[in-house]
Amino acid sequence: MDTLFLARSQFAFTSIFHFFFIPLTLGLSIFTAILETAYVKTGKEKYKHLTKFWGTLFLINFAVGVVTGIVMEFQFGMNWSAYSRFVGDIVGVPLAIETLLAFFIESTFIGVWVFGWNRLPKALHAASIWIVALGSTLSAFWILVANSFMQSPVGYKMAVNGSQAEMVDFFALLFNPSLWKQFPHVLAGGVVTAGFLVIAVSSWHLRKGTKERNAFETSLKFGAIYAFIGTMLVVLAGHAQMQNLLTTQPMKVAAAEALWESENPASFSLFTIGDEAGLKDVFSIRVPGMLSFLAYNAFEGEVKGIKNLQKEYAVQYGPGNYIPSIVTAYWSFRFMVGAGTLMLFISMLALYKVIKENYTFSPLVGTLLFWSMLLPWIANSSGWILAEMGRQPWIVFGLLKTENGVSPASVVSSSELIFSLAVFVVIYAALAGFDLFLLKKYASAGIDTAE
Amino acid sequence: MDLQTLWFILLAFLFINFFVLEGFDFGVGILLPFMSRDDRERRAVINTIGPFWDGNEMWLISAGGAMFAVFPKWYATLFSGFYLMLILMLVALIFRGVAFEFRSKHDKPAWRSFWDWSIFGGSAVPAMLWGVAIANFMRGVPVDSSMNATGGLLNLLNPYALLCGITSLLIFSLHGAIFLALKTTAALQEKALSFAKKIWAPATLLCVIFMACTITETDLYIRLGINPGIVPVFSVLALVSVIFMLQKNAAGWAFAMTSVALAFSTITIFMALYPRVLVSSINPAWSLTIYNTSSSDYSLGIMSIVALIFIPVILIYQGWSYWIFRQRITVDSELEY
Repeated sequence: MDTLFLARSQFAFTSIFHFFFIPLTLGLSIFTAILETAYVKTGKEKYKHLTKFWGTLFLINFAVGVVTGIVMEFQFGMNWSAYSRFVGDIVGVPLAIETLLAFFIESTFIGVWVFGWNRLPKALHAASIWIVALGSTLSAFWILVANSFMQSPVGYKMAVNGSQAEMVDFFALLFNPSLWKQFPHVLAGGVVTAGFLVIAVSSWHLRKGTKERNAFETSLKFGAIYAFIGTMLVVLAGHAQMQNLLTTQPMKVAAAEALWESENPASFSLFTIGDEAGLKDVFSIRVPGMLSFLAYNAFEGEVKGIKNLQKEYAVQYGPGNYIPSIVTAYWSFRFMVGAGTLMLFISMLALYKVIKENYTFSPLVGTLLFWSMLLPWIANSSGWILAEMGRQPWIVFGLLKTENGVSPASVVSSSELIFSLAVFVVIYAALAGFDLFLLKKYASAGIDTAE
Repeated sequence: MDLQTLWFILLAFLFINFFVLEGFDFGVGILLPFMSRDDRERRAVINTIGPFWDGNEMWLISAGGAMFAVFPKWYATLFSGFYLMLILMLVALIFRGVAFEFRSKHDKPAWRSFWDWSIFGGSAVPAMLWGVAIANFMRGVPVDSSMNATGGLLNLLNPYALLCGITSLLIFSLHGAIFLALKTTAALQEKALSFAKKIWAPATLLCVIFMACTITETDLYIRLGINPGIVPVFSVLALVSVIFMLQKNAAGWAFAMTSVALAFSTITIFMALYPRVLVSSINPAWSLTIYNTSSSDYSLGIMSIVALIFIPVILIYQGWSYWIFRQRITVDSELEY
């Protein structure tokens, strides 16, 4: 088997799996910190109970996020050594800063928080979980500095012999316009993931007639507000990100829309079955002008098509295939936006119920609120699949193709890759099983067991 | 001093902190199955490193990240060249990391036993593999003219490296045993002290044998000279002195001495390598150095500013966390893990 295909499969598998746990870490760390702050401010025991309840679920999830993250740091050098040589000068820096700034405070203060309950003054103990949340947030920021560079390179120059890219402006990296659409979007996605889990578990306990009624009503209230704010922000940031992509990666937009030819005004696809080889529709339902409206806030404006961009890129970068997998880009975009739209409505429904203080649920609403916890996972994964697959054939857009970034087969052979991929699949499957088992155990047990 | 040399020193510092701090985490994990069969006592042992292990591991993660940023070609050659070894290490670190959190979350003996053995394996395997890695750094690996390290896992598991691996396993176990003697009471403390005394002799003996082999297998003695200087000599003296401290029940001093031994031997290795970072066993001209693997001075400048501000900050708050959790752990303590 081809080492490029194996390396890509392994990176996709390990990063998607890692990102099952990260949004929850991002969202739940902040949520737990909010609850503990409420405890410190009001002194009410129910906030302490909720802090410990959600904190336990946070910790179970956090552990898997940490270990799967180590794999990512190592994997750049292990499987993408040519990429590391080519852009390490630039991409290595935010990753190193991520370890020095974010990981250190996260991992030191999580120890302080877990072990310091009866040892530290209440305010200081609460501060430690806020610092953990800050660490997670900074961690997301710095990895996205690196990823945003890969999506739209800034602040660099090519070495004279063309063998590598070199950083010339660190602040250009920090103020990369792509970063400031991507970072809020990912952070808000974390808030949404946690919010929907809180809604699901809290409403489940209320439906099951928990003794801790008051606590879970509070939990649902906090969760619904959290989820609603997160969903609004994620949609707004996502919209801004898509508009930014029109200038930085128009091919990704065209692919996500299966827009074969440039259009002005451009139509939005509701449903398309395409012929990828022939680069044309087989069957398509499109809303005229809608894509221009999303892109430019007006029903006019050209959105470039796949075939036009391919011609442009062949001139700019030389002969080659510059079209990513359309079916992947198109459907990952639909799943993400579809899940996001559903989350918008469900978070409004949850918010409505808590504003009305109506904590009884019909079987339909109850089931809906429970299973909606899966929607953020669908959106998070599809979003990243779109982000990475839509950038192909580039690993660093316009600078390095993915096929030129992989470790040489003489160093990492296909048999070594098959072995490592198999190892990760088996181990991660086991980890997921253990994780779900414990999350279910502690989520359903309620508040008493967490103490 | 140029920026490359500065970062050579900073990386040595990160690795020193990793070996001294995570070193006792490894040691405690290795000793776990032998310290006790009683669940409560095992929990006490795990809780001695509970607040610290994750923060300690970060010294390794930051060394890797810094290597990527500052010497990306070293990072690329090393991580791709040591591929299967790193897969093994990752598996160990994954199981260990998750085990701490998961172990006590379910009350079945089979569950707890599985995670206890994960802590053991997840500590013993990296403790050994780091010795294997260091030996190969000193001895050299087949780096070709394109900076690719071919050779694979079997090449890395040569007798010299395996000897170093067993040596490092014992040294980390010694370091961990002394740490346990400082952090536990009563029966556990006595057991830890007794283990330390028993491990010292084979650890020191293997160290001496390893140093002798280093004469023939590497160019360390050629580079450092007949009189290698205070640092290497002190690291040996420190290790030898440990048994005398232990016999006087001066565990604190013994721990300081194993820490010195780990720190000074790391410095010695870096001194002997300088300015190389990965020796080529095929052709010395193809060895990786701090100069032919480094990023631009601009990137090194940014990293230097970040490191010189934030490393002291890290030391302060990590030091603080050690201070607030300085009490000994007993079987009656509140055990979070």
